[in-house]
Amino acid sequence: MPLERILPSGDLAHDEPQEYLWTMNFGPQHPATHTTLRLVLKLDGERVVDAMPDIGYLHSGFEKIAEHLDYNQYVTVADRMNYVSPMANNVAWHMAVEKLMGIDVPPRCQYLRVIVAELARISDHLVCNAAVGLDTGAFTYFLYAFNPREKLYDIFEALCGARFTNSYTRVGGLTGDASPEAIAMIRAAVRELPKAFGDMERLLDRNKIFVDRTKGIGVLSKEEAINRGASGPVARASGVTRDLRKDEPYLSYSDFDFQVCCATAGDCYARYLVRMAEMRESLKIVAQAIENLPEGPVSIGIRDRASLPAKGIVYSTIEGLITHFEVLMTNRGFEVPCEELYSATEAPNGELGFYLVGDGSSRAYRARCRPPSFLHFALFPHLIRGHMLSDVVAVLGSLNIIAAELDR
Amino acid sequence: MKSDDKSIRWVEEPPLGLAGRSYLPLLVGGMTTTLKHLVGPKMTVESPEQRHAIVDPLGYRGVHRLNRDAQGRVKCVACFLCATACPAHCIDIQAAESPWPDREKYPESFTIDELRCIFCGMCEEACPVDAIELTSLYDLSGKSREEMIFDKAKLLSVYDQTKDAEPMRSAQADLAADAARPDSGRRGEEPT
Repeated sequence: MPLERILPSGDLAHDEPQEYLWTMNFGPQHPATHTTLRLVLKLDGERVVDAMPDIGYLHSGFEKIAEHLDYNQYVTVADRMNYVSPMANNVAWHMAVEKLMGIDVPPRCQYLRVIVAELARISDHLVCNAAVGLDTGAFTYFLYAFNPREKLYDIFEALCGARFTNSYTRVGGLTGDASPEAIAMIRAAVRELPKAFGDMERLLDRNKIFVDRTKGIGVLSKEEAINRGASGPVARASGVTRDLRKDEPYLSYSDFDFQVCCATAGDCYARYLVRMAEMRESLKIVAQAIENLPEGPVSIGIRDRASLPAKGIVYSTIEGLITHFEVLMTNRGFEVPCEELYSATEAPNGELGFYLVGDGSSRAYRARCRPPSFLHFALFPHLIRGHMLSDVVAVLGSLNIIAAELDR
Repeated sequence: MKSDDKSIRWVEEPPLGLAGRSYLPLLVGGMTTTLKHLVGPKMTVESPEQRHAIVDPLGYRGVHRLNRDAQGRVKCVACFLCATACPAHCIDIQAAESPWPDREKYPESFTIDELRCIFCGMCEEACPVDAIELTSLYDLSGKSREEMIFDKAKLLSVYDQTKDAEPMRSAQADLAADAARPDSGRRGEEPT
């Protein structure tokens, strides 16, 4: 429904006396906020006149912790930022660190990082779309979306030994090579996931209840998307043709043939469709990467003194043992220039960037994170004005706000 | 990217049609999908009767253990690398002069606060003598906080419990091959 019909008498928030407007707290503990988000809504009956996002309920000082943990240790904290797709955060963090140190990772490591980042994108989009479905009443859809996610977590477990807090990357490489079992599991996922996507599309894509709940709701125009710094699927659903994987190819994304999914409508429904389409594109990248996985080591060699040598070399050679100690000891550690840089990746939610300042020590002088959720949450009042109270959850779900990343 | 770039796929809304506008055909379609799942394979693992099948128990990051050498002594040489590498600062080691002639130090006490631990596996990575490892035990619980602070004896008992199912890293066959062909190892490059 167009906005004029919902708000016939102009700007309700400022023009008329406001005694009758209700103020309602949404969150911080509410099942549809997914994490601890708080919104203060100003209501005219069931219509939202204004909304004020209140952040900070999950603030854990992640950026300050970066000044006390070394470049390897901090990956455990990066895990916990966007905990729906920790692998993508791992890749983003260590890409920034390696850019600072001037390290080029071997091709096999690049391919494996692409694979895990794309699998993380699929799992993130599954959760996001499942949550939109759940919030608008499609509980079965939610469960069917979580089944393939379980397979993806099995893959992560086979790769790095943990399902959720992966910490898979290290400076100059990975914790370990992909085992043949893990590669077989990834191949199986490439085969089986389209079936699950098909189920999801059949259930919800043309479902009238879902379409009525999301179409025309929370419209973000292309100009506003650019002006307000939206990125990722939120911007692409509004017609912004920007994807860092194509625009500024990092890792080995330029090797793969894939398409960037965009839409023009800019509403919740378009964001949902873009995410569904992106999952299939990600799967295409994974399929290409796993078939063309280069041979060779997954970490840089011991001459670079940045990555731990293989255990066999540590146990049997003195050079390996010395390198092992030098990388880990606090008075040696990494060789880091006194420089600063910004490095961004296309995380599932949007542009996830790290601004790093190196001061020569093994710890960052400053590690600022540019989280996509923060900018998307700032969009929220703009998107919700004039809509119904029940649309709050649809808009909130389609933006995929992750509070841990938002508050850091 | 320009908006007419060939690598852009413009996602179109699926046409709703008459079927979409009336509830019934989609209701039937939805029920068919649901019924297919009803008779399909089950995803649920009935824990704790059924256990989650871990693909790679040796690589899994669960509860720690302290390994023993061939004579049953603790392998740890109290070098403090694990405590240094730990991002959660959950490892506390008290070193003492070793009673055995083959090494200088050994841990008089070795405590891991399993409540602080984030199971990142960096201690295992940091250990130069294969003394501390993470097992595949994942359902760790206790009745008090004190119970969850694992001392040396308890960590060694985890080793006794898991040593048959999960051999030590240094006892695995691929490690010898790793050392023999350093150029093809996990992080391989020939040592100079």
